[in-house]
Amino acid sequence: MNTIALVGNPNSGKTTLFNALTGSNQHVGNWPGVTVEKKEGNLKFNEIIYNIVDLPGTYSLGAFSEDEIVARDFILKGNPDIVINVIDATNIERNLYLTTQLLEMGAKVIVALNMIDEAEAKNIKFDIEALSNKLGAPVVPTVASKRIGIEELIKTSVELIDKDIDFKANISYGKDIDREINKLKGFLSDRELEYPPQWLAIKLLEGDQYVYDLVTKDEYLSSSDDFKDVINSLKDDIESYELEIIDKRYEFASDITDKTVVVPSQTKETTTDKIDKILTHKWLGLPIFALIMLAVFHLTFTIGEDLLGGLMVNLVEFIGSVIEDFLVGINSPAWLISFVTEGVINGVGAVLEFVPLIVVLYMLMGFLEDSGYMARAAYVMDNIMRALGLQGKTFISMIIGFGCNVPGVMATRTLENKKDRMIATLINPFMSCGARLPIYLVFIGAFFPDNGGLVLFLIYLLGIVVALLMGKLFSKTLFKGEASYFIMELPPYRLPTLRNVLRNMWDNVSGFLKRAGTTIFVVITVLWILAVLPLGAEPYGKDSLLGQIGLFIAPIFKPAGFGTWQAAVGLFSGIAAKEAVVATLGMVYAGIGEGTELIKVIQDAFTPLSAVAFMVMTLLYTPCAAVIGTVKKETNSYKWAVFMALYTFAIGWIGATLVFQIGRLLGFS
Amino acid sequence: MTGTSLCQLNCGDDATVKKICAGCCATRRLYEMGFNTGAKLKVVKNDFGPVIVSLLGNKVAIGRGLAEKIMVND
Repeated sequence: MNTIALVGNPNSGKTTLFNALTGSNQHVGNWPGVTVEKKEGNLKFNEIIYNIVDLPGTYSLGAFSEDEIVARDFILKGNPDIVINVIDATNIERNLYLTTQLLEMGAKVIVALNMIDEAEAKNIKFDIEALSNKLGAPVVPTVASKRIGIEELIKTSVELIDKDIDFKANISYGKDIDREINKLKGFLSDRELEYPPQWLAIKLLEGDQYVYDLVTKDEYLSSSDDFKDVINSLKDDIESYELEIIDKRYEFASDITDKTVVVPSQTKETTTDKIDKILTHKWLGLPIFALIMLAVFHLTFTIGEDLLGGLMVNLVEFIGSVIEDFLVGINSPAWLISFVTEGVINGVGAVLEFVPLIVVLYMLMGFLEDSGYMARAAYVMDNIMRALGLQGKTFISMIIGFGCNVPGVMATRTLENKKDRMIATLINPFMSCGARLPIYLVFIGAFFPDNGGLVLFLIYLLGIVVALLMGKLFSKTLFKGEASYFIMELPPYRLPTLRNVLRNMWDNVSGFLKRAGTTIFVVITVLWILAVLPLGAEPYGKDSLLGQIGLFIAPIFKPAGFGTWQAAVGLFSGIAAKEAVVATLGMVYAGIGEGTELIKVIQDAFTPLSAVAFMVMTLLYTPCAAVIGTVKKETNSYKWAVFMALYTFAIGWIGATLVFQIGRLLGFS
Repeated sequence: MTGTSLCQLNCGDDATVKKICAGCCATRRLYEMGFNTGAKLKVVKNDFGPVIVSLLGNKVAIGRGLAEKIMVND
C-alpha cells in the first residue's frame, strides 16, 4: 500500500485536511516509544487504498521536541511515497520555512495551499504556476474545511507516486556554510548512514544534538581524526551557523514569495483584530474568560442534563426492563439476573445517563478550541500564571484536562521547558475531567438543583485555584531555577465547522463509552462479586466483603464528614476509573431498588455540607489509573507517578476536611 | 548590548529584528517562527502581559521576559 504523509505548521488546517481525506476511516494510536499521537487513515481512490499518516504539527524539523523528531524520522525512514505539505495560504512565507526543510530532505512534496479562500478575502494573490515552478513541487490550492480542491490534491498525489522526479531544493547557504557542508559531506557520503549525507551535514552545522550523537556513534567516523577535527573546529561557530542557516532558508522562502505572491499591505483592521481588542483587553480579558467558562458549564448543565438527560434515563430503564424480562423469560438463575440488573444495568446505566452531558461539554470545548479562543485564554492567563512561576501555555494543558487528564498530561509536551512540563503534569489532575462530572451531578441534583451551573462552575474554579497554588509551591520547592519563556501564535478567529466539532466530540465520547464498556464493566463485576460474597450475608450490605472493605477505609473520611462505608467504596472504585464512582454508589445505595432513586438515597445519606466535602474530595483526590499510567510514561519514572497518586490523595483529604470542619464552625450542616 | 527592545515599543510601531539575545533554545524557536534577522514586525499590543506582534500577517504573543531580549531597529 502506498503511504501519503501530511506535514504542516500548527494551525495550518492539517487535521481538517486529514479528516477530509480519510473521512471516518481513521485510527489513532501512538508512535512507538514516544507518547506522540499517531493518526492514520485510509483513502480510497479509483479502487486503490492509500494509507494516510498525519504527522505532528511543527514549525520546523529539527530536534527541538519529540514531535519534530517523529515527523522527520517518518519522512526520512518511513519512506512515505508522497509528503503533502499543508500550508496556510494567509501566512505563506512562514509556512514555506518548513517546506524548504522538506525539500532539503529530498521528500516528494506536494504543497496544499490551504485556506485559499481566507487568503483571497485578504486580497492575497498567488501565481500558482510560478510558485510551483520555483519550488519544484506541485502546488494545489485547497479549502479543507469546505472540501474544495481535495479531489485535485488526491489526483496530483496519486499521479506523482509513480513519477521519478528529483525533488532536491538547492538552497545556497552562503560561501562559508556551503564550504563546510561540502567538507562534511565528503566524510558522510562514504558511510551507509540512515539519512542522506547533505541533510546530515546541514544538521551538524545547525548543532543538532540528535544527528551529532548518531554520527559520532558511527565506528569509522568516530575513529577518524580528520573528521573529529572538522567537527571540533565547528563548535565555536555553531551558534552563528545555526541562525545563519535559518536566515538563509527564510531568504529562500521570501525570494520565492516575492515573485509569486502579492500581499497587499494591511491597512484595514481585520475582524480578528477587532475581536482581540475586547477578548485580550487589559481589564476585560480575564472576566470575559471567566464568563465564557461559566457559560460553557451552564449550557452543559441545561442542555445536557435538563433537556437530554431524562431521555437517556428512560432509555436505560427501558433496555434494563427488556433484558430483565428476557432473562426471567428464559428461566435464568437468580444470581445471573441479580448480576445483570443490579450490577451491570444499574452500574453501566448510571454512567450512560451522563453521556448527553459529556457530549455537550466536549462540543462546547471543541468549539472554543477550533475558534482560536484557546490561544487567547492562554494569553490572558499568562500574567496570573507568571506570578505563580508558571506560564500561559501551561493553562492550555489544564483546559484540555477539563476533558480528560490523559490528553491533558500529554499536552504538556508543547512546553519546551522541563520544569514547566513537570509542574504542568503534576497539577493537571486537579482539572476536573469529564468523568468526574457525573459525580457532581448526582450530588448537585440531590442538594442544589436550582444552582447547578453555578455550583459546577465553583467546583471547576476550585480545581484551577488548587492547581495554581500547587504549581506555585512546586516551582518554589521541587523545581527551582530555569526561567521559562512564552511564545504563542494567536491564529485568526474562525467559525468552527460542525463536522470538526462533532468529530472532536465523538473521539472523546467514544473513548468514554469504550471505558464504560471495558474498565468500568470490569470494576463493576469485581464490585458485584465483592458485594454478594460471602454467601449468606445480605448483598450490598454491611456484612458483604464490599461493606467490610468500606468499613475498613471509612474512618479516614470521618473528619471530612462522609465516613460511611458506601462513600469509601465509591471513592475506592474511582481510583480505577472515575466513571465507576457513580456506578458504585448506584450499586451500594440503590442496588436494592431502582437505579434512578440514587439521588433520593443520597439525600438521606449526606447533608448539604458533607455533599460539598465529598465533591471537593472527588475533585482533588487521586486521579484514575489511566492518568497515573500516563504520568509514568511521560515522566519515564515510577517515582513521579507514585508521588502524584499520593500527594493528590493528601490534598483531596485535606480539602474535604477543611470544607467540612470550617463549614460546621460557620453553622452549616 | 544596548538598543531598543521589543518591550519598549508602543502599540502600532513598526520595527525590524536586529538581534535576539535569549538562550539558544528560545532564540532558535523565535528564528524558526520568523523572527529572524531583518524580519519586519508591527506591535499590536503592548500594555499588560505578553507583547503581541504581527509578523508576516499572523499574530504572535511573546512573554515580556523574552520580548526584552529581542533587539529591534525602530
